[in-house]
Amino acid sequence: MTAVFGLLAGVIAFTGFRVVTSRNVMHSALYLTGTLGATAGLFILLSAEFVAWVLIMVYIGAVIVLFLFGVMITRAPMGREASLDQEQRGFAAMTAGLLFLLLAGTSIYAFKDTDLVGIGETVDTADLGFALLGRFVLPFEIISFLLLAALVGGIVLARKDLTPLEEEERNAV
Amino acid sequence: MSVVPVLILSSALFSFGVYGLLARRNAVMVLLAIELMLNAVNINLIAFESVWGTTNVIGQVFTIFMITVAAAEVGIGLAIVILVFRNRATANLDDFNLMKG
Repeated sequence: MTAVFGLLAGVIAFTGFRVVTSRNVMHSALYLTGTLGATAGLFILLSAEFVAWVLIMVYIGAVIVLFLFGVMITRAPMGREASLDQEQRGFAAMTAGLLFLLLAGTSIYAFKDTDLVGIGETVDTADLGFALLGRFVLPFEIISFLLLAALVGGIVLARKDLTPLEEEERNAV
Repeated sequence: MSVVPVLILSSALFSFGVYGLLARRNAVMVLLAIELMLNAVNINLIAFESVWGTTNVIGQVFTIFMITVAAAEVGIGLAIVILVFRNRATANLDDFNLMKG
């Protein structure tokens, strides 16, 4: 248990670090795949199998592909690129370090006596379904409409509108 | 096993995300950093659900909500980046100064 967690945590931390420090945009996106895959493994370890597979399908299957398309469409520098970072990244590193100390410190202080239970036991996915469509049915419906609105908005934003002249030409044909 | 190592892992991942958010110059890279931060929060939710044992699935419900919101956010975010790229021919955040007075 602890060994498996250590392995997964190492993969998550290393790939997560490389996502923000890699000099190559493509590599960053692919390192994020590693982070998410190891996170899915951690979810399985913490007996959340359904969410693990949702993570793999939605993130690795859809979001990463979207990111790769975004990288290619915006012609981000594919090779090694020195100008990918701001000049003030020392301040960024300091902020992130202080934030980590704060978060880790409060986590240790508040939860040092709290243990994980039910490790390795399975959770019935049916329970999750009943919770989603029972107690949480209203947020579930709201979030499905949010997703619909966001996707329609994404299409409207990203599609290329024709100029009036082009539209006339198209109608003439 | 204590919950603290998982929390420290998610704190580290969140801090990497904050670093990327502040230090990166390319808009797509900033969106990647935001994904890292959302992922850290997901790990926290699942860890705290495990504290309560296997009878409780609320943490998983909220993780699914988070994943949905993250997917919507990436769709809109990349659409905006592509739109700005079409108008300004760059994805560099320092050049996004159209609304600067």
